Formats: sequence, structure tokens, C-alpha cells
Amino acid sequence: MNGRMKKSPLKMYWKRLRQNKLAFIGGVMVLVLFLVAAFASIFSPYDPNEIDRHNILNPPSLTHPLGTDELGRDIMSRMVWGSRISLAVGFVAVGIATLIGILLGSMAGYYGGWAERIIMRFIDIMLSIPTFFLILAVIAFIGPSIWNIMVIIGLTSWMGVARLVRAEFLTLKEREYVLAARALGVSDLMIILKHIMVNSMAPVFVSAILGVASAILVESALSFLGLGVQPPTPSWGNILTSGKDNIEIAWWLSVFPGLAILITVMSYNLFGEGLRDAIDPRLWGTEES
Amino acid sequence: MISYFAKRLLEMIPTLLGITILSFLIIHLAPGKPTDVLTEMNPKITPEARERLEKYYGLDKPIYTQYGLWLKRVVKLDFGESFSTDRRPVIVKIWDTKQPLMERRLFITFVINALSMLLIFLIAIPIGVFSATHQGSFSDKVTTVTVFVGFATPGFWLALLLMMLFGIHLGWLPISGLKSMDYDTLSVFGKIWDRTEHLILPVFISSFGGLAGLSRFMRGSMLEVIRQDYITVARAKGLHENTVVYRHALRNALLPIITLLGLAVPGLIGGSVIFENIFGIPGMGQLFYMSVMTRDYPLVMGILTIGAFLTLLGNLLADIGYMLTDPRIRAK
Repeated sequence: MNGRMKKSPLKMYWKRLRQNKLAFIGGVMVLVLFLVAAFASIFSPYDPNEIDRHNILNPPSLTHPLGTDELGRDIMSRMVWGSRISLAVGFVAVGIATLIGILLGSMAGYYGGWAERIIMRFIDIMLSIPTFFLILAVIAFIGPSIWNIMVIIGLTSWMGVARLVRAEFLTLKEREYVLAARALGVSDLMIILKHIMVNSMAPVFVSAILGVASAILVESALSFLGLGVQPPTPSWGNILTSGKDNIEIAWWLSVFPGLAILITVMSYNLFGEGLRDAIDPRLWGTEES
Repeated sequence: MISYFAKRLLEMIPTLLGITILSFLIIHLAPGKPTDVLTEMNPKITPEARERLEKYYGLDKPIYTQYGLWLKRVVKLDFGESFSTDRRPVIVKIWDTKQPLMERRLFITFVINALSMLLIFLIAIPIGVFSATHQGSFSDKVTTVTVFVGFATPGFWLALLLMMLFGIHLGWLPISGLKSMDYDTLSVFGKIWDRTEHLILPVFISSFGGLAGLSRFMRGSMLEVIRQDYITVARAKGLHENTVVYRHALRNALLPIITLLGLAVPGLIGGSVIFENIFGIPGMGQLFYMSVMTRDYPLVMGILTIGAFLTLLGNLLADIGYMLTDPRIRAK
């Protein structure tokens, strides 16, 4: 590890990420899932909405690798197209949550005082509401559409980011270089954006990746309850609903979509946590398995 | 200590107010009027009747007046009447004093969540301690991987799998409801067993997410404590390893866990919607699901408020637990 100070941080992160085998696998899986979603038409053998009355509830076979559902639709194709929904919801929801979290967290951390008190109290309130109840209520009232789901998951999951950003700001705003910038008369906005924000982004990025995993879980639970993505649009959650309805006769309807959720969530978690270890300077130089 | 406790209790009030204001705003600013459900179902309704209905529910007043009226009633535990056809008061739907305890919705949900909490505590902490004290061993690796997979497993999917395995293929456990059809004919022991049988899968599923998360956290917390100097000192004094682990390390490692348990309450309550739905359990979660599907505003608001109250209560209990385990706080 000689001369590691000379390397840029990004190269260091990359090197440490590569050393962590599980995190690397997670990262590759994340990439693979992206490609599947992006080229859904190539990976799906059938039209996901094509109804086939002659092949209703077929078990997995060579013609239908993951079986068919109660309308004879090909499950593999539906799952490939469903991955688009999961990723889209995951990313947009996390994008919204991260933006809100950064905005409120930086305000609370930088300005302190009453702004901080109000924001922190608001965070306490949001954390005390059983969020899933709130999401269900809102979705049921404004109607389940993919956009509504993205927005409402985003609006109810920013609290962690806000706390994280606030903590980063609290430590960074006392640093000499920030004090120097202020002494030079740099505006608050410029200090926040150019001097503090940039240096606090690494943990935010990690938490965003972990956030994608939990947003995917919430979306699938909503769709499972019938308050998420509406059929015939396929999503992993609503395939599981028909799995539940046919639980006594069609195991494949339950097993495969859940497995897809499991693998996706695990990939994001592995990648996110590996990344967290990679950018944590306290772990540099120590080699943990 | 008592003043600290009182202060925490007082702090709950503004938070609870904030929660109800937020919920009230969200629900009432959503498009459509609460009475739409009542009027749309009935095509014969006249505009006058609609107006009368809106007046009855106070919908013609500005939203802050509506909230004030709602709050005034809620203080007396009156959440209004449900919009559903039976028109029963919300509070009776949630907590029907005419029914035996085990048939009241809030009690059912509470029992399942309390049992899950207990299960999480009883299983996750030993797993975490074991993993930490055997760090790097084969069994530590196995538990770490299992816990990691468990953490990513959607609870409702696991519920389906377990229903298939234990309910359908093996036929060992019932997969729906809280008691069998022939419950009333069973002996006392038979009744107890029947209840237990029906609770096994729901309690396991509702504790599952917390189980994985908490054992991971416990392992980390324990590892952190074990590296501290005072643990080295305790060992150097020649204390037995068990004494070092269970008396010196465990108590300190438990502190962050207690806070976490308090924070887990909203997740547990939220999860009850899903597992009560899957297992057909007549609890508060199922009621909430039905109430949002039928846009039963008073019922939705009532359950949201009670859920938030339970969450705050969980946080308070966590604080008390924290106080009991940490003499440093007690001394203050």
C-alpha cells in the first residue's frame, strides 16, 4: 500500500471496491439488472400482455421457462418488463428523497438555530408516522399510478438523508477552509454548494443506493396489495398477487417474482455497503474479509 | 428521573399534534370530497341532501376549522362514525368493548406485534452476540450470509412460501384466520393450541424483517464494544470470558439496540397491513386496508392517529428501557 496518498480518492475507492468480492458481485448484478430492464424486448421471449387461452397456468417448461399465469401470459416476459417498473420506481423515488433530504439537511446543518429546530422536529414527526400506512392512504385517495407511487415513496423516505447531510454539514462548516471562504466574503449559497456539499456527497450516494433497495421493496408490497402498479402492466408485486390467488396450484407464480425482488434488493445492498466500506477512511489499510 | 420522564411525555404532545395535522391535511387535500363515497353510491341523492351531508360533516367550513372540530372530539376519544354501511363509531370498530379481548382489532394487532418484538429480542440478540464473539468463524459467516439474505427478503413473499410449505404441502399449520371453525367445541387446552397454531406463521413473518436487521446491528454493536479498553482491562484482570461478555460487554452493546427497537415500531405496525391481509387476520391492519379501499375518512384518520400514538409510546418505552440499562442516564 505504498504511496497511496498520491492516488486520487476515486481510484482508491475503485481499488477497495474491487477487493471486496461480494460488493463487486453486487455491482455487477446492478449493472446486469439495468441491461435487462433497458433491453427488455430482447430478453423477453413473448409479449408480456399476450393472452393465451390454451396455456393457462402452465408450469415451467422449455416453451415457457418460468411458466404462465391464469391468463396464459408468459411469466418470464412479465418479469423482464416488470424489472423496468421496479428500477424506475426505485430511482425516481430515491432521487426525490435525496433532493429533499439534501435541501432540508443542509439548511438545518448550515444555518442552525430555529431553522434547524423546525426541520429536526419535522423529521421526528415523519419518523413517528407508520409510513406504510400513510403511503397506503395517500395512494388509495389519489389513485394508484406509477408516478404517484414514485412521488409518495420519495416524499416519505427523505428523513435519513436529511439527518446524514445535517451531520456532515455540522462537522464540515467549522473546517478552516470553510471559515477561510467565509472570511473572503464568499456567499452562503456558494459555500454550501461548492465547498461543503461536494465533500459530503459520498455518504449520500451510498445511502441513495441502499434507498433504491428499500423503495423497490415498498413498491412491490404496494403492488402486491393491489395499490401499486395496476394490471395489465406487469410488476413483480402484482405477479405475486396472482401467485397468492393461485397458491394451491401454481407455485411458480409465487416463487420467481419474489426471488427477483430478493436478488435485486440484495445486489443493491451488497453494492451500497461495499461502497460505504470503500469510502470509509477509517477502514483504509485494514483488510477485513 | 421522574422529571425526565415527565418531560418526555410532554414532548410527545407537539409531535402527536404535528402528525395529526399532517395526516389531516394530506387526506383532506386529496382530490374529491369525503362524502363523495356516500353520495356516489346513491344515484338518487339530491344536491340538497348532498349539501346537508357536507354540512353534517363540517365540510363546508375551512380546513383549519374542520381540524379544530376533529381534534376537539378526538380528545374525548371520539373519532366519529365510520362511512361504511354499518355506521358504527370508529372507536368501536377498533376496540369493541362488547367483544371478548381476543376479538378486538387493536388488541389482535397489538398482541402479534408484541410477540414479534419479544421474538426479535430473544433471537436476534443471542445471534448477534454469538456472531461477534466468534467473529470470522464458519458459523459467523453462515449467520452473516443468512441474515444478509433475510434482510433482502420481502416479508409477504416469505409468507407465501411458508404458507405453501407448511400449510399446503405438509399441512402442519393453518394458513388463515386466528382460530379454527370448530374452535368453540375444543377443550381448554385445545383452544390454547388452536390459537398458538394460528399465530405461529403471522408472528414469525411480522418479526422476520426486524430479526435480520437487529441481529446484524447487534453484531456490529457488540464488535465495537469488545474492542474497547475496558474490555481488555476486564480480561487482563483475569475475569472469566463469560463474565466479560455478558456482564461488561453485553450491557453496553445493548444500549443502541434499545433505541432501535423503539424505532422499529412504525415498521411493525405498517407491516401488519401486509401480513394481516395475507393471513386473513381481523386486526387493525386489515381494517386500515379496508378503510383506505373504501375511502372511509374517519376510520383512516382514527387508525393513523392510533398508529402514531403507539409509535410514540414505543419510543417512550425504549427511552425507559434505555434509562434502566444505563446508570449514567439514571444519575442525571
